[in-house]
Amino acid sequence: MSEMLIKNGYVFDPISGIKGDKTDIAIKDGKIVEKVSSKAKIIDAAGKTVMAGGCEIHAHVAGPKVNAGRTMRPEDKLFRGSYRGGIVKQGKRMEMGFSIPSTWKTGYAYARMGYAFTNEAAMPPLLAPHVHEEFRDTPIIDQAAMPVFGNNWFCLEYLKNKEIENNAAYVAWLLKSTFGFGIKVVNPGGTEAWGWGENCVDIHDPVPYFDITPAEIIKGLIETNEYLGLPHSVHLHGNNLGNPGNYEHTIETLKLASEYKPKNKFGREQVLHNTHLQFFSYKGDSWGTFASAAKEVMDYVNKTDTLTVDLGCVTLDETTTMTADGPFEHHLNQLNHLKWSNVDVELETGSGVVPYVYDKDIAVCGIQWAIGLELALYAKDLMRVHITTDHPNAGPFTRYPRIIKWLMSKKAREATLDTMKRKEKIIKSTDLAGMDRELGLYDIAMMTRAGPAKALGLSNIYGSLKAGADANVAIYNLDATKLPTDPELIENAFSNTLYTIKEGVIVVQNGEIVAEPQKHTIWTKVSVPENAQVMRDIKEKFTKSYTVNLENYAVFDEHVHNPRAIEVEFSA
Amino acid sequence: METVTMTLVQQPELYFECYSVTPDLFADKTLAEIALLPAHEGKIVWKLGDFFKFEGKPGATAEETRIVVNGDVRKMKRFGQQMTGGEILINSDADMYVGCWMRGGKITVKGNADAFLGIAMEGGEITVEGDATNHVGSAYRGDWRGMSGGLIRVKGKAGNDIGTAMTGGTIIIEGDVFIHVLTHAEGGTVIIKGDVEGRVGGQMVKGDAYVLGNILYPLPGFKKIGTVEKEVDGQTYTFHQYIGDLGERKGKKKGEVIYGNIYLKA
Repeated sequence: MSEMLIKNGYVFDPISGIKGDKTDIAIKDGKIVEKVSSKAKIIDAAGKTVMAGGCEIHAHVAGPKVNAGRTMRPEDKLFRGSYRGGIVKQGKRMEMGFSIPSTWKTGYAYARMGYAFTNEAAMPPLLAPHVHEEFRDTPIIDQAAMPVFGNNWFCLEYLKNKEIENNAAYVAWLLKSTFGFGIKVVNPGGTEAWGWGENCVDIHDPVPYFDITPAEIIKGLIETNEYLGLPHSVHLHGNNLGNPGNYEHTIETLKLASEYKPKNKFGREQVLHNTHLQFFSYKGDSWGTFASAAKEVMDYVNKTDTLTVDLGCVTLDETTTMTADGPFEHHLNQLNHLKWSNVDVELETGSGVVPYVYDKDIAVCGIQWAIGLELALYAKDLMRVHITTDHPNAGPFTRYPRIIKWLMSKKAREATLDTMKRKEKIIKSTDLAGMDRELGLYDIAMMTRAGPAKALGLSNIYGSLKAGADANVAIYNLDATKLPTDPELIENAFSNTLYTIKEGVIVVQNGEIVAEPQKHTIWTKVSVPENAQVMRDIKEKFTKSYTVNLENYAVFDEHVHNPRAIEVEFSA
Repeated sequence: METVTMTLVQQPELYFECYSVTPDLFADKTLAEIALLPAHEGKIVWKLGDFFKFEGKPGATAEETRIVVNGDVRKMKRFGQQMTGGEILINSDADMYVGCWMRGGKITVKGNADAFLGIAMEGGEITVEGDATNHVGSAYRGDWRGMSGGLIRVKGKAGNDIGTAMTGGTIIIEGDVFIHVLTHAEGGTVIIKGDVEGRVGGQMVKGDAYVLGNILYPLPGFKKIGTVEKEVDGQTYTFHQYIGDLGERKGKKKGEVIYGNIYLKA
């Protein structure tokens, strides 16, 4: 089939250890190969930066909660982009929305930033069909979704009784039923407690009725995950998100992982991924004494090899928060008095949506902004620290290029700090102003592709330019040997690729969408022995508690768009 | 001040979006350049020159530019969208969104204006000689930021949802209003010289409503606290003062709780 050769570019590929050397990348039939014939199409990347396609580890881009945000925020589309100008100009569809873009804009915008894969961060199992419908309508990028397990009645009961084998059989069944990718945990126990109007604010707060603690849920799910040997680890949004003084809880939560070792055949080395760490790294006992604990938290992450994290950087925009952490969204609504949507998903989870304005002139917002960047700048192993905004919670994913600019340029950080009204307070409450570290392109490649792909257990497919990986390549208009003194040029380069290549097809050229090839839905297929006990429990719960029939519950095969299964052969 | 006169030469088949008709976009352009400015009819993008002929000349800046619109433009929307200065005179009825997101300058509509008149307006002055309909000085759908500054005067009557989520500025309706005045407001003033059917100040956190006529169905969330004399639009009247909405959260200033007010002419 088709062959392509990307010549003369400065290549950054942490998976194969290429650090900006001039290397030719060969592509054949949608895969990276060692070499191609002389008939290959040549792309001259001289003076440009070449990386693998980006790999997103945590973003809310598809599903019922994202759509609730779209529905309740028509104003998110107001005066965004040129006036009603989206049609045909970019790609084939109108691109709408800023913090909660339409499915079309989501696919195009990721492709223009050079991304190939994104991981939907929270899928309510009952509503999985909606997630897969949106995947079908999101062009170009491959997608996976993690069902939420941290407040699921089955898991709470099995883990309370320490029945790891049964819990594992249930997890395998649910991944199959929802075409899910891995184990997501959101405010373990807390969202269930919210059904009683309560919350679990630390890991020893028992869940009402179930009488299990968040610590037991997290440990039980880690054990389950490693028992099955899933590609990704437990992906955790812990308790007590977003409150002053929560960093001690965070470190206590991270310590839960210390007694476990990873067990999988996917090259994953962590047992716990703590997502949007910025929201968990706060000192102080009120909003008045709010300060950064980035150093304390990152010190712990640095010395613990079995942890990965993503940043959750605040981008200082008007955005929309949405999470399965129902009690948190209520709390936020009480702070900002804007719109609030709240949903209970029976037996499984809950969710809330609230718009939020990160105003650069408010001290707390400025401190949050600084913490996200500090975490990255304090990190020792950037393969384990990934760039995210917890899209759209701390800002839209379309701001990644701006975060890269801030991380690569002290000048850019200072320029932003200078625009803040409460600059002095922010300098006093954080370390950012004193940090001279500037990341390089190899660091950025670790944080946006190689690291997330490895943590997801997908580095043989994504985030890599090694032979055998999918031929996803991003070519940025940035001369790696002459980094610009104007940081804006870094942001521009990462916003619109010169070329994005998806499985060997050029999808973006000079920032314009030029093709929309087939995409895939990635899911994890675990083969476990038939477990009669668990099947009986499932039947019983559907008879007694669910409002839907078991027969109507699972996502049917035809519903899933181009599935690509990651196979896990379970052996006890 | 220089004047550009634009005269309708052809009626569009559908409603027509005149978002380019602002002193900001006309200023410092030739008539030929102005005629090239875009306008939508449904999903088709036309040029202003396809429907209007232009005479006169614009000033060097928005402030020095006056636009006179002649012909029946009752199917045309969004005159003066986001304008910051200068003047627009419409010698006709106009459709929706006149002066939407306006920041400064002056718009006069000789006839009636349709819905969303001056929504989310930040400054400037709009006068409608005839009637207006719904959502005068309101927030955009879903938004929590309504009119924040400036003056809207409607000499006739208006419909419902006047000053929804308003945070500042003044709206004067010289005739009657139907329902929903200052809903969710956090500031601003609405003066109604005629009668109101009801629902004045529902969920109002802050703001002032003056009603010179009657409120047929007042809301239960308001409490009468006394009688005051107030000057309204140049004349002084005695009003019954009501505070509320008592079901809504309230801010404090110097230890005092700040309420929304309804002043009903005694």
